[in-house]
Amino acid sequence: MSAVDDQQRRTGLFQRPSSTAGIKGWLTTTDHKRIGIMYFVAAMIFFMAAGIEALLLRLQLATPEAQVLDSDVYSQMFTMHGVTMIFFAVMPLSAAFFNYLLPLLIGARDVAFPRLNALSLWVFVSGGIFLYSAVFFGGYPDTSWVNYAPIQEVGADPAGYTLEGGVQSNRMLFYSLSIQIAGIASLASAVNFITTTLNMRAPGMTFMRMPVFAWMTLVVSFLMLFAMPIIGVALWQLMFDAGYGGNFFRPGAGGEPILWQHLFWLFGHPEVYILILPAFGIVSEILPTFSRKPLFGYAAVVFSGVAIGFLGFGVWAHHMFTSGLGPVANAAFGLTTMFIAVPTGIKIFNWLGTIWFGSLRYRVPMLFSIGLVAMFTIGGLSGVTHAIVPHNAQQHETYYVVAHFHYVLFGGSVFGLFAGTYYWFPKVFGRMYNERLGQAHFWIQLIGFNLAFGPQHILGLEGMPRRYYTYPPGMGWDLWNLVSTIGGFLIALAVLLFVINLVWSARKGPEAPSDPWDARTVEWLTSSPPPQHNWDVVPTISARDELWHRKYTDEEIPRPVPAGASSDHEQGEADSEHIHLPDPSWWPLVLAIGLPVASWGVVMDSWPVIGGGIALMLFAGVAWGNEPVTEPEPDDVAEPVEP
Amino acid sequence: MTARRRAVALRSLLLIGLVALLAACGGTDIEERPLDALSPDGPIARAQDDLWRLVFPIAVVVFILVQGLIIFAVIRFRDRGTGEMPKQIEGNTRLEILWTVIPALILAVIAVPTVTTIFELDGEPPVDERLDVTVVGKQYWWQFEYPDEGFFTANEITVPVDTPVHLHLDGTPEYEMPDGSVQPDPEQDQLVLHSFWVPRLAGKKQYMPGSDRFLTIQADEPGRYLGNCAEFCGLSHANMRIRVNAVEPDEYEQWVAEQSQEAESFEGEDSAAARGEELFGVNCVSCHNIDGHPDNQGIRIGPDLTHFNSRPEYGGAIFDVEDDEQLADWIRNSPAEKPGSQMQPFPDLTDDEIDDLISYLRTLD
Repeated sequence: MSAVDDQQRRTGLFQRPSSTAGIKGWLTTTDHKRIGIMYFVAAMIFFMAAGIEALLLRLQLATPEAQVLDSDVYSQMFTMHGVTMIFFAVMPLSAAFFNYLLPLLIGARDVAFPRLNALSLWVFVSGGIFLYSAVFFGGYPDTSWVNYAPIQEVGADPAGYTLEGGVQSNRMLFYSLSIQIAGIASLASAVNFITTTLNMRAPGMTFMRMPVFAWMTLVVSFLMLFAMPIIGVALWQLMFDAGYGGNFFRPGAGGEPILWQHLFWLFGHPEVYILILPAFGIVSEILPTFSRKPLFGYAAVVFSGVAIGFLGFGVWAHHMFTSGLGPVANAAFGLTTMFIAVPTGIKIFNWLGTIWFGSLRYRVPMLFSIGLVAMFTIGGLSGVTHAIVPHNAQQHETYYVVAHFHYVLFGGSVFGLFAGTYYWFPKVFGRMYNERLGQAHFWIQLIGFNLAFGPQHILGLEGMPRRYYTYPPGMGWDLWNLVSTIGGFLIALAVLLFVINLVWSARKGPEAPSDPWDARTVEWLTSSPPPQHNWDVVPTISARDELWHRKYTDEEIPRPVPAGASSDHEQGEADSEHIHLPDPSWWPLVLAIGLPVASWGVVMDSWPVIGGGIALMLFAGVAWGNEPVTEPEPDDVAEPVEP
Repeated sequence: MTARRRAVALRSLLLIGLVALLAACGGTDIEERPLDALSPDGPIARAQDDLWRLVFPIAVVVFILVQGLIIFAVIRFRDRGTGEMPKQIEGNTRLEILWTVIPALILAVIAVPTVTTIFELDGEPPVDERLDVTVVGKQYWWQFEYPDEGFFTANEITVPVDTPVHLHLDGTPEYEMPDGSVQPDPEQDQLVLHSFWVPRLAGKKQYMPGSDRFLTIQADEPGRYLGNCAEFCGLSHANMRIRVNAVEPDEYEQWVAEQSQEAESFEGEDSAAARGEELFGVNCVSCHNIDGHPDNQGIRIGPDLTHFNSRPEYGGAIFDVEDDEQLADWIRNSPAEKPGSQMQPFPDLTDDEIDDLISYLRTLD
């Protein structure tokens, strides 16, 4: 290729941004670490929004017949709490960890498709903004996150004497479209992380040497790849039902309401594992580090994670035991549900095996990890009680179920994600968090969490159904509801401490060394924070827990390797390697903006707006495709490109 | 915090949890816990509860075991600051097989009675031994029809004790009109999911518009058993209660005889009830059925009011029927009393007219 062609190829139709400084640098970045940080910040904002919604719910339920929220606002709040927590808080929090850590854990310089990665971020953010814009279009979605058909067409107030008529279907359009948008982000991430894991591991990083978190990223990515299209189809059908007079789920017109439940849970149950397996991965990194022992039964932990992923697709109808599936189906799904407890139990016991005989250091990440093992166990046990199908008919749609999934998703996922946040904080920001504040966070959260959700087991078994905006006195529910509300506010206090700790420590915390925890995996090999290219020399992996083996002898009771004795530090070769880094780009951001624009068009029933959004996406897509491969080298810039 | 204080904190947490769990375990008084799912008052709820009584203790044992192991390890294996490195143990195949097989065996113990109970409870009670009731979930109240006896009621059913009550959750309701024709429910397109749940008598079952579901309930002893809608259905999901009056068989026969009677008519009289009856004919018959009302059209959009005054509660069983003031507010503007109520407001009715209507409703025993 001649020099002239080369020049044209690089500048092409559109100038590619090259600066990584300032706000523009963040908006156009394709660096997985920056994307990970932005994922985390955005997801934490949504997490807090959903938390405030939960506090409002708890205020309303603190006393019988309270008047804090009316039924309509209450319905909007519990729907938004569920949708936000699942699709815009916990899933993206996990994605933040995948983004930041996966390349570092497997010894890569970035993900396989950096611009696609940026697209995932911006699509997720735009989906969340779109969802919350519903307040300007007649209210938030209000028929619960499971949205059992045909209520999205009938609406929460079909007579329309209480609410102004006509707003209800718009509300559910926001539900349908925002989750579809979030789903696009998840699908793009899934493809990206799968490709990255399969193709970009460092030399010597065989599958069975991969850190468990990398494994869980791979499993979760496959779950997203197969599960998100199912909810995508259901939501697409819902959009036609809610906005365009479709008949997919409308019983009077040939549609079938039960179809929605099957599609929803066929996605919804794998989704549960999408939410929990990242936390399992995080804990499987932290427990060994703070026990100074390798993970007990690495292969069993990995394969039980894979098994959970497979089985997760075969248990969906256990959410539907009261919908009348018939005894054979009920028995079959009851048995598969019990069966999935086996690989979960394997993980719990292997974690116990990891800390057993260890030398346990109770830093904040370790506290949260042990907290996860203890709390998730409770959620797992209540999960087994759901599998006794005849009694499930008593538990279903009560606070017992609410308690169960909060023990799994808060006691499991959120404890794990918080553990991971503290653990990798020094790596990401090059500074230490405040240990005392973190410990206070843990204990307040542990107590608050158990006060909030423990009593809900009892409430459910005493007959309190879910999604009730009010309840009469005299049911025996008053005390436990009050306790639960107090617990909820303790959790809020704990999360406040968390945020204060992160914000303060990221700027003022004491500087962190590259390996503050005496950790075992290679992300601690590079500096804190890592350089943009992650490694001066990509590490060659010769063992699971590579870093540990570079630091300690291979004896039963390991001794430190004398400094400089390790043969793996081949710093001398740094200069000889050409480091290829992805360039910044505007197009992921621009393309992502097209999605909510088109969606607002659907809500407003305006074809020009829909067309405008689609045109913006197409334009961004074409520009993306024509973007020059690299920014001009300094030599090229020296020559005037245009006269 | 020292390890010792931490251990104490963990132990007390564990204790609190256990006490709370055990408190939830035993049967409770129906007055104090009218909706307690762990206090079965009938054979179906009891069969379900038997499984709970098998599984819950197992879960408690596993809970204590796992939490005990965690607490033990947390205390015993804490870093004592000696700088000693622990043995680098990668795993133990024998142990790992053990804790794979043992949970699987425990689950097998649970699985067998679960599956047998699923099939036992699935059988329909014989036609000649059961009472059939057809259930329709409306927004936001329950319509009950006694098809063999030929009358309707709302929110509340009366059933004989020790008799299986076979509930047909009818997603495509049809009614025989006064002219003999059969018409579909006028609100067929507005029906949504509900779930019928009377915890002390049986677990719940979804009401599914467009198709049929069945549920059997049965009570051992006479009593008033409370229930609720358990599937989100709209603004007044929380205001859609169920009442099951279980009575002795002779009392039941008497109740059926009363419910089968038509309402008294006051046509041509000059009384409050007669004026109320006339007002009802003008304002209410387009939605409510009253057998015996001279202008009755047999329309079942709202509840059948033929025996309105015989039921202690109305409006989804949330309002006391004897409260005249509340009833007046309800007639004037029911959506203000109960969110999402489908009964249109009647702002033009005068106080006197409402009093007359209430006088008429009081005669509907």
